[in-house]
Amino acid sequence: MATKSLQAKGEDLAIANKQLEILNGGIFADGELPYFKDNIAKIGHFPLRPKKLEILQINVGYMCNQVCEHCHVDAGPDRKEIMTRETMQQCLEVIKNTGAHTLDLTGGAPEMNPDFRWFVEEAAKAGIKDFIVRSNLTIIRANKKYYDLPDFFKKHNVHVISSMPHYTRGKTDKQRGDGVFDKSIKALQELNERGYGMPGSDLRLDLVYNPSGAYLPGDQMALQADFKKALKEDFNIDFHNLFAITNLPIARFLDYLIASENYEDYMYALVEAYNPSAVANVMCTNTISISWDGWLYDCDFNQMLDLKVASKVKHIKDYNEDILNDRNIIISQHCYGCTAGSGSSCQGTVA
Amino acid sequence: MADSYYDPKDLRKFGKITEWSENLGTKFFDYYGEVFKEGALTAREKSLIALAVAHTEKCPYCIDAYTKDGLQKGITKEEMMEAVHVGAAIKSGAALVHGVQMMNKHDKLSM
Repeated sequence: MATKSLQAKGEDLAIANKQLEILNGGIFADGELPYFKDNIAKIGHFPLRPKKLEILQINVGYMCNQVCEHCHVDAGPDRKEIMTRETMQQCLEVIKNTGAHTLDLTGGAPEMNPDFRWFVEEAAKAGIKDFIVRSNLTIIRANKKYYDLPDFFKKHNVHVISSMPHYTRGKTDKQRGDGVFDKSIKALQELNERGYGMPGSDLRLDLVYNPSGAYLPGDQMALQADFKKALKEDFNIDFHNLFAITNLPIARFLDYLIASENYEDYMYALVEAYNPSAVANVMCTNTISISWDGWLYDCDFNQMLDLKVASKVKHIKDYNEDILNDRNIIISQHCYGCTAGSGSSCQGTVA
Repeated sequence: MADSYYDPKDLRKFGKITEWSENLGTKFFDYYGEVFKEGALTAREKSLIALAVAHTEKCPYCIDAYTKDGLQKGITKEEMMEAVHVGAAIKSGAALVHGVQMMNKHDKLSM
């Protein structure tokens, strides 16, 4: 189990350019596997262009109470990048005027940002249709000051999306750390008590599953059925949907793939599972990702690779949806992670 | 030529057998794909059966493939190991049940 971020350890892969060198080199550079660009060009999707903007995803900071092995953000307690209230105010201006119907707050653990509650209260006033907070669940049990989060979420009709690697303790704790499973179960039960995730409830509670290793997620519906059955039988827990998300080969997951000598096999698996029909709906075509310091990206993954949008508008302070939507999306080989099998996005499968 | 009979990278090339006999190769992969779809048995159950058979057939490619397939389907290592024991139990039972033949022959030949 990791205890520090790659950044704190001073690892090469904490540097975005080093990651891009790997993704663009090796088996891709020597022609063993095709570049993502060449594959999407065959079906007329290069350059990849945005469709109507639907989702604003705001990363309010990389600080987290956990140090998950697979984290593409390289988040952890040692990360100090936190969105300031000033940047939040710039975001609020955008939220009030956007055409997007979904606001998606992520991190790190977004709740650890000291201005998180203020921001949620203000953002909720904008009346966005679907207001998501990505909560890692354990934060709710991490400290007394977070115990009332389920009530806070309910008060502001926040849609909670939570990570849950597996319905067994062993697999969960291996990926996320000792004790994560028990805390997550307790947090889910507390959310259920408030009405979250219950059949027919408007308080949405979805779970995110991503594999605990160098393999792709199985069928989302089959996994959802297994999770629902096991969590109900063992812990009387209800939730709405399960999103099966593919781990993208960047940051800590890339570090793991290389260290465990799984990198080549994993890239083969992603390329073999490439599904052209997933390309049209990849999340970068309907999402803008905003970093803790206000920069704009095609997606959260490009944010971690420091690939800012290819547009005149690059920062929230200059935000202009029309100009932004007229851009080419930046791609590299990590994008195969979003087009494998039934596709993958922060909202689950796309094909 | 590789200097050993089994190379893990060869599994990636399995699909290429179609290139030398398109009709039969395509028929095989269509059949294979159809077999593993959800049916009267779930895809999960079929994956565990495949894993057990992979062991009794001692096929290293199949063991790699169906261990990974099991992980993808959320199958736990305890379930996988039990499946392997099912295969091993049938293999050992298949050997041991011939002991009856030995006993029959022994008794027939003995006064």
